[in-house]
Amino acid sequence: MTTNAIDTNPTLLGVTPGAIDTIPSLATLRDETFRHLQEVGFPGPKHEEYKYTPLTRALEKLSLDDQGETGAVNLGDYAIADLDATVVAFVNERCVTPFPETEGLIVKPLQEALANGAGENHFAKIADAKADPFVAWNTLAWTYGLYIEVPAGTTLAKPLVILHVSDGAVSKAARNLVVVGKNAQCTVIQKFASTGKSTSYVNVVTEAFVDENARLDLYAIQADMPGQIQFNQTRVLQKDNSRVNSYAFTLGGKLVRNNLALALDGQGCESHMYGLYLLNGDTHADNHTVVDHMKPNSFSNELYKGIMDDTSRGVFNGKIYVRPNAQKTNAFQSNRNILLSTDAKVNTKPQLEIWADDVKCSHGCTTGQIDEEALFYLMARGIPRSTARAMLLYAFAGETIDAVGLPAVQQYLAQRVSQRLQRNDF
Amino acid sequence: MLSIKNLHAKIGDNQILNGIDLEVKAGEIHAIMGPNGSGKSTLASVLAGREEFEVTEGTVEFLGKDLLEMSPDERAREGIFMAFQYPVEIPGVSTINFMKTAVNQVRTHRGLPPLDAVSFLGLMKEKMKLVDIDQSLLNRSLNEGFSGGEKKRNEIFQLAMLDPRLAILDETDSGLDIDALRIVADGVNKLMTKDKSIIVVTHYQRLLEYIVPDFVHVLYKGKIVKSGGKELAVELEAKGYDWVKDSVVA
Amino acid sequence: MSKDIIEEFTSREYEHGWTTNIEVDAAPKGLNEEIIRFISAKKNEPEWLLEWRLKAYRQWTKMKEPTWPNVKYPPIDYQDIIYYAAPKQKARPESLEDVDPELLKTFEKLGISLVEQKRLTGVAVDAVIDSVSVATTFKETLAELGIIFCSFSEAVQKHPDLVRKYMGSVVPINDNYFAALNSAVFTDGSFCYIPKGVRCPMELSTYFRINAANTGQFERTLIVADEGSYVSYLEGCTAPMRDEHQLHAAVVEIYAMKNAHVKYSTVQNWYPGDKEGKGGIYNFVTKRGLCAGEYSKISWTQVETGSAITWKYPSCILKGDYSSGEFYSVAVTNNYQQADTGTKMIHIGKGTRSRIVSKGISAGHSQNSYRGQVHVLKRAEGARNFSQCDSLLMGDKCGAHTFPYIDVENNTAHIEHEATTSKIGEDQIFYCQQRGIDEESAVALIVNGYAREVLKQLPMEFAVEAQKLLALTLEGSVG
Repeated sequence: MTTNAIDTNPTLLGVTPGAIDTIPSLATLRDETFRHLQEVGFPGPKHEEYKYTPLTRALEKLSLDDQGETGAVNLGDYAIADLDATVVAFVNERCVTPFPETEGLIVKPLQEALANGAGENHFAKIADAKADPFVAWNTLAWTYGLYIEVPAGTTLAKPLVILHVSDGAVSKAARNLVVVGKNAQCTVIQKFASTGKSTSYVNVVTEAFVDENARLDLYAIQADMPGQIQFNQTRVLQKDNSRVNSYAFTLGGKLVRNNLALALDGQGCESHMYGLYLLNGDTHADNHTVVDHMKPNSFSNELYKGIMDDTSRGVFNGKIYVRPNAQKTNAFQSNRNILLSTDAKVNTKPQLEIWADDVKCSHGCTTGQIDEEALFYLMARGIPRSTARAMLLYAFAGETIDAVGLPAVQQYLAQRVSQRLQRNDF
Repeated sequence: MLSIKNLHAKIGDNQILNGIDLEVKAGEIHAIMGPNGSGKSTLASVLAGREEFEVTEGTVEFLGKDLLEMSPDERAREGIFMAFQYPVEIPGVSTINFMKTAVNQVRTHRGLPPLDAVSFLGLMKEKMKLVDIDQSLLNRSLNEGFSGGEKKRNEIFQLAMLDPRLAILDETDSGLDIDALRIVADGVNKLMTKDKSIIVVTHYQRLLEYIVPDFVHVLYKGKIVKSGGKELAVELEAKGYDWVKDSVVA
Repeated sequence: MSKDIIEEFTSREYEHGWTTNIEVDAAPKGLNEEIIRFISAKKNEPEWLLEWRLKAYRQWTKMKEPTWPNVKYPPIDYQDIIYYAAPKQKARPESLEDVDPELLKTFEKLGISLVEQKRLTGVAVDAVIDSVSVATTFKETLAELGIIFCSFSEAVQKHPDLVRKYMGSVVPINDNYFAALNSAVFTDGSFCYIPKGVRCPMELSTYFRINAANTGQFERTLIVADEGSYVSYLEGCTAPMRDEHQLHAAVVEIYAMKNAHVKYSTVQNWYPGDKEGKGGIYNFVTKRGLCAGEYSKISWTQVETGSAITWKYPSCILKGDYSSGEFYSVAVTNNYQQADTGTKMIHIGKGTRSRIVSKGISAGHSQNSYRGQVHVLKRAEGARNFSQCDSLLMGDKCGAHTFPYIDVENNTAHIEHEATTSKIGEDQIFYCQQRGIDEESAVALIVNGYAREVLKQLPMEFAVEAQKLLALTLEGSVG
């Protein structure tokens, strides 16, 4: 077997071989994925899915010369105040917190779980390696991540926080598998951060299986990671009457690509997706979402909002698929953007693909600037311009924060976002 | 004119009508009253031919023909008109255009030539006065953006235009203030002749002060449990539906 | 709504499916430089135009057929097509008396009278059959106002400077695969020039008819509207029923100068193929307008009911400050038709505005896609766009797809996009039925209501035709 084709790609730096090489039962998958990636390669600038986000190019140019860890990571810097949660923290690939032993919940390293045969039914089946070259690469390269299983009928009282800290100029790949049993409920928050301003690359893939009548709330909070290039893929498979709420808050990073895909493979499913991207400097954030209605009588609703300043760029691509037998589907999508500077850009493509006739689907998207009339109105009441501006922007962004179910997380986000908006330089 | 015998109907697995018997003769006004969920609106829908409802037993004859055999548009052309509780909006189709299509299909069915633009407009102007409806409203998309009162008046305007034998008014009074109610009722009364009949489906007695029924029937759990003259409506209003429920149980 | 009505729907006939028996002067099948020289020689073209064609051909050979549209078809053998076919007639007819009566009859049958005195309404027609223009009406009347309206070939001979200046200025020869092909082999089409300050008093119309078998039709239309002028332009098209697919790759260019306003309306009724999807036209068309001057305006209105495959994006380049572009479209697909159509609005100038209203209707086994781009470039201060894309589905075997691309590079732009997908409501049909309207008429009524916003953009005469066409295309299509 030759590994040249992939080895020469700098994105592999520091993460080969992956955990998959240590699990004999996955050898075939590994080889197939490898061959597939060799064949298709990484997406070029003309690739429809990556035309606004040159991730391959960015990774080719990425230099990770400064390999040194600072070793001075203070986890408290990245915590969500007042949130009573179970936290599993990783600094680079190392787990720095004890594994929780909560009753009724199984949390262990994914590598260990797969070696013992757990999660085999779902691993790489929900997030098909062939769906995206970066997922294929992750499948080969991941070295850490969690296996989370919530047995049937169990409701997790505390949310589980997975904290990914990149210390120094590192490249790493993480993989999580979440299995929520029938009638079970849980919340998983992934939070990303990096130390200093050094460049880093994180490729994380999270697969989730949500069984009948179960509920999963998934958060991705991307802040405090100025030099980071991130590829974050979440794929969820939903069964009958399950409910999934997904939240993606992108407050920073160098180049962030979030892929969220929900497969509603059951009747009566309900899915809500919320996203906020608040970008400045030269941050580039791209949210690609796919909701696939495969069976009748399901509901999905999506709301993504973006505010772009300086030379930042926001990209939104939302697909709604309604398969031929998914009658009585209701699917709604909305994407709203505000550009604050003359050099900021937004590219949005809300896309509906519908093969069933008895459906109600709609999408709307707007791009504009701050409402000058409203601004003037507030100023006429004596509110200083910068405060008025922050108020209006917060009113715009707040709709996504209001949808957050956990009060502590809501408060944390509200504070972070309003701080950012209050500052005059934003 | 209309003869309903032992009518049973269900929607899905939900049995709603459980043996209705009703005779409506030409020149009569019948009121169907009953608490919510008693099957009043279902009865109106079954008579108009809504497909969701499945007739499981019984017969309905209209002017000597088997009504249940006919499609909804055939029933309408035979002379059944239903004033909807919730009139539907059809974007881009003006009421005028809509009525022109309907009137001419009904006329063709009756062996009459279609109306030309001038005679149609004449007929329309005449009927508009009846319910005090403005032509600008009729130029707009059917029911789109109409207030509740405008929608109901539009229903009665259509009733006047189509000149049916049997009019079924399904909760026509709901959402109307007293002035609008009076206009609607006046319109209906002016249209009533000896060879026509009306079935008024209503929860309240209010409308019956203006459209005075010859007979009042009380529907409960899909059956007519009490029939009487117009005084029954007054009694119902005073004593409430629990009185009927109790008397049925007893 | 009953299943058998859906089935019945697929049985409607295409009413323009007959052929005309006229002698045809045709080139041999296939495409190479010789054929291009042959076409150019046939048309007695100047050297520069031959060079232009050859350049386009050479570029085309290096290009690839686009694969991104949401349509599927077997590969086209470009060597199996006749690129030039013309009805045999005495040279170019100078007046209608010289036109072959069979040809006149052909157009009579299509409801297009070329005999001026028979025409009640003020519409001037350029009739194009297969590769050539056969007649243009009202030329003299228009000439009095300085309006040039003639076939493309005639324009090349009589107004070479205008043609040379503007041809390819909006759609460059290498713009896309089909535009390059057209540039190499185009055979005829219409040319129109409206002088400064002139408001064209009648609708100008081109009627395209494919008649000969195995031929492709590659016509080119060029409309130049000088400062402050106005013209409303109509295009209609039909083709006989044939079992094999025929290729139609046209180019339409509109050049609007300062304060000019061009309205371009199409009722596209090419043969769509039979109910099994056999035969039908492959319609790969590039239509683009350039709002070159300030306050200029270009409006596209299209009613697309025909073709087996439609690939078409009438677009506006809003270069002049405060210029505006509009796109109104109704696209109906039935049986096995596939349509991938929409528009591009490229905002370059300050204060530019655009409006997109797209109404898709899919029935049978068809696939109907809206694909549109709104691009606001950096210097387009205060640009505005409003887009509305609605899809209506009839029956459960068809598909509706929406692919809007919205790219904004200026923070003062306001962009709004709305899209909905729904089916005809059962309650709407029931309501109509309760008033005595049968199910079929109810559907026609509701569909016409749904498409009204677009239909009302059409000139009166065309609107009536379009409305009938919609009803006919969807006959029995209740799903």
